[in-house]
Amino acid sequence: MKLNVNGQPHDIDADPRTPLLYVLRGDLQLNAAKFGCGLGQCGACTVLVDGEATFSCVTPILALEGKGIVTLEGLGSNDHPAPIQRAFIAEQAAQCGYCIAGMMMRAQALLQKNPHAGDAEIRAALEPNLCRCGTHMRILRAVRRAAQMMQTAQAGEPQ
Amino acid sequence: MRALRYFFGVCLALALVVAIFVFVARRPAIAPIEPPAANSFAAAQVRRGAELAAIGDCDVCHTAAGSQTFAGGRAVPTPFGTIFSTNITPDRDTGIGRWSEAAFRRALREGVRRDGQYLYPAFPYDHFTLVSDDDDRALYAFLMTQPPVRATAPSNQLPFPLNIRLLLFGWNSLFLREGPDRANAGQGDPLKRGAYLTEGLGHCGACHTPRNFLGAEQTSKKFTGGEAEGWTAYALDGSSPAAVPWTAEALQHYLQHGFDAAHGVARGPMAEVAQDLRTANADDVRAIARYVAAQHGGAGAPAPATGQQVSAQAQRGKATAPNSADSQAEVLTEKPATNGATNEEGARLYTAACAGCHEGPRAAPYGGIDLALSSGITGPSARNLVNVVLYGLRAAEAARSPIMPGFAASLNDRQIVALAAYLRARFANKPAWSDIEKTVREARRAERAASTRPAPSEEAIPPPTQRTSSNETEDEKQ
Repeated sequence: MKLNVNGQPHDIDADPRTPLLYVLRGDLQLNAAKFGCGLGQCGACTVLVDGEATFSCVTPILALEGKGIVTLEGLGSNDHPAPIQRAFIAEQAAQCGYCIAGMMMRAQALLQKNPHAGDAEIRAALEPNLCRCGTHMRILRAVRRAAQMMQTAQAGEPQ
Repeated sequence: MRALRYFFGVCLALALVVAIFVFVARRPAIAPIEPPAANSFAAAQVRRGAELAAIGDCDVCHTAAGSQTFAGGRAVPTPFGTIFSTNITPDRDTGIGRWSEAAFRRALREGVRRDGQYLYPAFPYDHFTLVSDDDDRALYAFLMTQPPVRATAPSNQLPFPLNIRLLLFGWNSLFLREGPDRANAGQGDPLKRGAYLTEGLGHCGACHTPRNFLGAEQTSKKFTGGEAEGWTAYALDGSSPAAVPWTAEALQHYLQHGFDAAHGVARGPMAEVAQDLRTANADDVRAIARYVAAQHGGAGAPAPATGQQVSAQAQRGKATAPNSADSQAEVLTEKPATNGATNEEGARLYTAACAGCHEGPRAAPYGGIDLALSSGITGPSARNLVNVVLYGLRAAEAARSPIMPGFAASLNDRQIVALAAYLRARFANKPAWSDIEKTVREARRAERAASTRPAPSEEAIPPPTQRTSSNETEDEKQ
């Protein structure tokens, strides 16, 4: 079946019941999204589907035909990090880093819709994503910084 | 000249009618008092009041998300407009600090504020009017000993003429029947006690009885099911959609934990009710459960079908999946659609997105309940099912509770409609729902608040046991 990932069409040879996460990591070598709980409860696997933050571990690819999927790799790269990535680096928001890709994707979904999101909105939006290292305050600072960057540079669109 | 006289005549008559109405409808203010000192109430009375306030779910409506308990300000959507709950902390200026016990009792029984203004029946005084003198006194003692919070609720958003409170005199004349049953609060007879609590303070009918066009409960259709804040409140009488008839024991467990393995999980406003009933007096909750079970026509009678039987029936031909450490318990075979369902897309979505948990080998909370037992699927409307599919079940803090991810972002309306239709056809022995598209649109439009209600924080689920026997385990615990 066909999937559109990071703006590119892909022919996927997999059981249509396969969770998106396995296709991203196993077939497309897009390894930013992580396997955490596998139950849609921790957020490490978060990607964007038509701009909405989605748990890729519980989303079968058969539900995704014709929808636009964006992973962290679709936002920016090592050489050209996206604002959300620059902000997370600047705030050193990662401890072990396992949750961070999911955190960035959920924050991206929020800021794409509302670059002026306040602290309460950021906290509420990120609630589905867990971090076990306890870097929550740095993550919040990073999202606020990204919001400022997106407001000033209007660089919020994924590339 | 004659026309002018006629005009003045009509005006005079109208003015007279209005004057008489105002004269008849007006209620006097009750003199304010100095807020009573907390130590002027007996500790036992305050404790009793706390238990009763839990039965009455006072904090559910009188607390806004994220703010202090009983300080009001929560928006209560009604078909007529939005009503904001009031501050019932004993704050002198913005709460009920200057209300005497008589003023408090009048509010509960007649729906009139201390200053003589009418309250809207979003406040269920049509039920609270049945509460006994003693219980009113205990509730008063409890509320007046809470920390005062200075908070003024936003103004109600009601169109003219509904914003004229005096008109509620008419509503009260039509629909308010002041309590005849409050004499002994049903003490000594569990069924009478249950009736007293259910019909009065518990105000179960406020959601579970349908309302007429004036927003009053249709007494001829008592407990036949209603609606509350975007959720279906199931019938509590013989027309209950439960696949396994409720017993008093199952109901008690459900009321106290927000979950019963043979029926499913309390969501929406019912989750908050269960949260409160956890702290209520257990004998009182048992009495309510007995009375409500009796409305089903099955007080203590052996249930015609158990959860196991219904489950087994629904699972015939089901493939057993190997226990896997993997996230997605593979469901090995496509299940044949039953009840004539030929909904290919729904079947595919179910197998791919739902069956892994709902038919997998994991025990709750990591495995879902057997959908053949879910009232969300056997119920009269798809709304509750759609709410849960869209927004999921949030985890309770520091306790085992049912969990489920929401699919609002990954499934579009067409897919949710197909899935809901498939689940109905496959798991409920009931006619198909009509216009699921509309239900999905409404659920999407509704406040996401629907999803963010607290889950019961008490452990709702027994420690992992064999999943098919979990229902019996619940029953034995009682």
